[in-house]
Amino acid sequence: MTLLKEPDHGTPRRPGPATVTVEVDGLPVTVPEGTSVLRAAGEAGIGIPKLCATDSLEAFGSCRLCLVEIDGRRGTPASCTTPVTEGMRVATETPRLQRLRRGVMELYISDHPLDCLTCSANGDCELQDMSGAVGLRQVRYGYEGANHLDAPTDTSNPYFDFDASKCIACSRCVRACDEVQGTFALTIEGRGFESKVSPGAGGSFMESECVSCGSCVQACPTATLQEKSVVQLGMPNRTVITTCAYCGVGCSFKAELRGNELVRMVPHKDGGANEGHSCVKGRFAFGYASHPDRKLKPMVRDTIDDEWREVEWDEAIGTVASRMLDIQQRHGAASIGAISSSRCTNEEVFVVQKMVRAAFGNNNIDTCARVCHSPTGYGLKQTFGESAGTQDFKSVAQADVIVVIGANPTDGHPVFASRMKRRLREGAQLIVVDPRRIDLVRSPHIEAAYHLPVRPGTNVAVVNAMSHVAVTEGLVDRDFVAERCEDFDTWATFIAQPEHSPEAVEEITGVPAADLRAAARLYATAGNGAIYYGLGVTEHSQGSTMVMGMANLAMACGNIGRDGVGVNPLRGQNNVQGSCDMGSFPHELPGYRHVSDEAVRGLFEGLWGRTIEKEPGLRIPNMFDAAIDGSFRGLFVHGEDIAQSDPNTQHVFAALRSMELVVVQDLFLNETAKFAHVFLPGASFLEKDGTFTNAERRINRVRSVMPPRSGKHEWEIICDIATAMGYPMSYTHPSEIMDEIASVTPTFTGVSFELLDKLGSVQWPCNENAPAGTPVMHIGEFVRGKGKFVRTEYVPTEERTTRRFPLVLTTGRILSQYNVGAQTRRTGNVAWHPEDVLEVHPHDAEDRGISDGDLVTLASRVGETTLHVRVADRMPVGVVYTTFHHPVTGANVVTTENSDWATNCPEYKVTAVQVSLAQPLVRHATEETYAISGQA
Amino acid sequence: MTGTVPAELRMINDIARQFRHLPPGEAAEAIASHVRRFWDPRMRARLQALADQAAPLDPLAAEAARLVG
Repeated sequence: MTLLKEPDHGTPRRPGPATVTVEVDGLPVTVPEGTSVLRAAGEAGIGIPKLCATDSLEAFGSCRLCLVEIDGRRGTPASCTTPVTEGMRVATETPRLQRLRRGVMELYISDHPLDCLTCSANGDCELQDMSGAVGLRQVRYGYEGANHLDAPTDTSNPYFDFDASKCIACSRCVRACDEVQGTFALTIEGRGFESKVSPGAGGSFMESECVSCGSCVQACPTATLQEKSVVQLGMPNRTVITTCAYCGVGCSFKAELRGNELVRMVPHKDGGANEGHSCVKGRFAFGYASHPDRKLKPMVRDTIDDEWREVEWDEAIGTVASRMLDIQQRHGAASIGAISSSRCTNEEVFVVQKMVRAAFGNNNIDTCARVCHSPTGYGLKQTFGESAGTQDFKSVAQADVIVVIGANPTDGHPVFASRMKRRLREGAQLIVVDPRRIDLVRSPHIEAAYHLPVRPGTNVAVVNAMSHVAVTEGLVDRDFVAERCEDFDTWATFIAQPEHSPEAVEEITGVPAADLRAAARLYATAGNGAIYYGLGVTEHSQGSTMVMGMANLAMACGNIGRDGVGVNPLRGQNNVQGSCDMGSFPHELPGYRHVSDEAVRGLFEGLWGRTIEKEPGLRIPNMFDAAIDGSFRGLFVHGEDIAQSDPNTQHVFAALRSMELVVVQDLFLNETAKFAHVFLPGASFLEKDGTFTNAERRINRVRSVMPPRSGKHEWEIICDIATAMGYPMSYTHPSEIMDEIASVTPTFTGVSFELLDKLGSVQWPCNENAPAGTPVMHIGEFVRGKGKFVRTEYVPTEERTTRRFPLVLTTGRILSQYNVGAQTRRTGNVAWHPEDVLEVHPHDAEDRGISDGDLVTLASRVGETTLHVRVADRMPVGVVYTTFHHPVTGANVVTTENSDWATNCPEYKVTAVQVSLAQPLVRHATEETYAISGQA
Repeated sequence: MTGTVPAELRMINDIARQFRHLPPGEAAEAIASHVRRFWDPRMRARLQALADQAAPLDPLAAEAARLVG
């Protein structure tokens, strides 16, 4: 499509059933009550000139350009700040208005560089457009007087420039930072003629609190805030609407290109997940797709000590097929398997599991969701009957109390965090359950009512205590429980036992009993109480138990089945939900149906023409164990870097070294590729065609912005391998794969590319009962019928601190980087996070003679590494924290084999460690990493 | 360094700890059911081997192993 310019109605849409009818320039228009005159005119197709107004921001009324005349009213009110009233008659173009607007524009232009022809915003500048719209023909004031034309340009940000000479002080950037992003990093400094946009306390953008979400750039009506890529490449001339491939929020973007070159990614206003907002990763960090480290040719080698040899696709695919078959012939059908990726499309992961089940003839398929949200699938299925979050993101706007448990949305899910912060600024209350004092606990205009600084590993004790308060203080929603749930009485008897009281668990959890009681009361009496959680819940030895514990609490308080409530996982990667939906677990076929179910197997056997193995296959950690014992010898790794991301690195290395054949499909020669025999080049999200499903079950289209640089789509490659192994698989288009998914998956029966193109996106279940999808689940009835209360005993982790390892390490990620960093390390985002650092409380640092910036050794019972320290009082005493974005640090060298009892999700959040000054320097085995061009 | 405790031993004992609140027979059946539902056959075979070798199984896990077998 040509360049898509979305209409801007000037002020936000006002929801609500009540309507008002007005007449604008003689045209009647009916709009919701509270709508501005500016917007009403826009909806009638009448564009009123404006500069300070844009429909992502509340009206400001400063530019004096959107003036109108209203019958019966004196003067020329600003249409942006004037709400419509019934019967109002508005004139938008009168000689008086035209004269006033020209006067206003003349003043603006008298202090603006007249370099339109060479300006980077030429053709995309609202100031330019408005000059034309008001018919400005002359500027009488000259440039001899005071002006801002020599104001400096701030180029400190890697992605955008701030050219103060072009600023018209409309405050759109400041308001976008406040209202949309919620960071409040910008301000207008000075008054009158001295007014100027200032990041923070007057330094540069990079020195400020700016998080580079891009909302200011998007809001700017001139070239003042402009993407460097536009400055360098020029204005784009065509748009492809697609979906971000970073976190599980799944933002919709307009990929704007100039020819076949991607110029910028602009958040799509119609995107259901993001509604026009973005973060630094999705907005700007796409350069990895064209990074010189990309491998575009298949490669093979006989042993992992040999040099890689580039080959053609036929040879690579033939090698994979023949060596996999050879292994099976010698060691049995179950000796090979695959790991699929939550970064790939639904269509790709579907064909990978199909290849495993139909061509490999086993269920040895697992996905990286194993190491993040597998307990979510287990826990929510047990209690609610469906392995997915209950709400859409919009639901948070109706929440009265928001509980954030084990998640750090401002870093991990920033666009959703902005929604959440907006609601908190409106007055919703916040409870944070996290060992660290994350940013949400106290940030501009937000302060948590309660921060429960839970000791790592004791989540279940905390949630049980919250339920204890609800049950023993008579705060249970008895009607909801009686009508909608089962096994309540048994559970209530259990949870009311004194050992679950806040006072009894205070010593275990470290959470003051009074705070826990107060927080529980707040949630239970909230009106609408909503729980949002992340890997701080799941990546524990009791991850699944904790998920069920939260479900118990929500059901007991009646906080399920309507807007503003729910239990909501914040998924780590873009398609965690989708990869799980698509049957990527070794015990489940697509749609979360167990492989032992004969009827379900029969359905797939009929469609695929192969017998489906009825026994579950190996999960990822089990694959490593089986590799070491010799029963598992061939592995296809699709878009994952298990050597960096999975725990207990030395164990993973040992497993990979034991394999006869490791096939890696990826964009880059990642850490796992060091152990690979075949490398298949993958396609970046810009080259993919298919769908992603985000954390709110929203199926979004991913559209090819450019053809796959390797020459093949990934689903084609999978089909080629299956075919070469004797099981013909072919599709002419990914829409056919989705059609197949829909034909065998009850929650997807209504889904098709045609529907997605028509509606933009849809949330499953999407079927004959819900043809437009299901934003909120479990309304009226749970998927399993009755919501099930499950007894959730707190069982301490086996990982214990000792005199030798007295601290607890917990790991996570930060805003600018993403998981193993393969993508973000190859972008300008390294400006914010060039290395992983270890955050240590000042007391723990002082005890060890450690100062900020020191290089320290981080050791656990399974390994050690070195990294620099950041002394941070947001850490609790006794707990240290780091990220795993850089292979040279290798945080997972120290994490252990402990895992969730039900799903084997690794216990990344609890590792007993010691920290000491590094002498001599210790590096772990992955130090000899592949150099990243330009960054090594 | 690889964990010195066999994976299946560690895992079955982890599962057993979650079901201690149940009467022993019920707990063993719940553990066995979980293992049947989620464990690959070779893992179940190794569990049997561990049980046969008198590995330090939680008593509930040992009973579950018998039921799985």
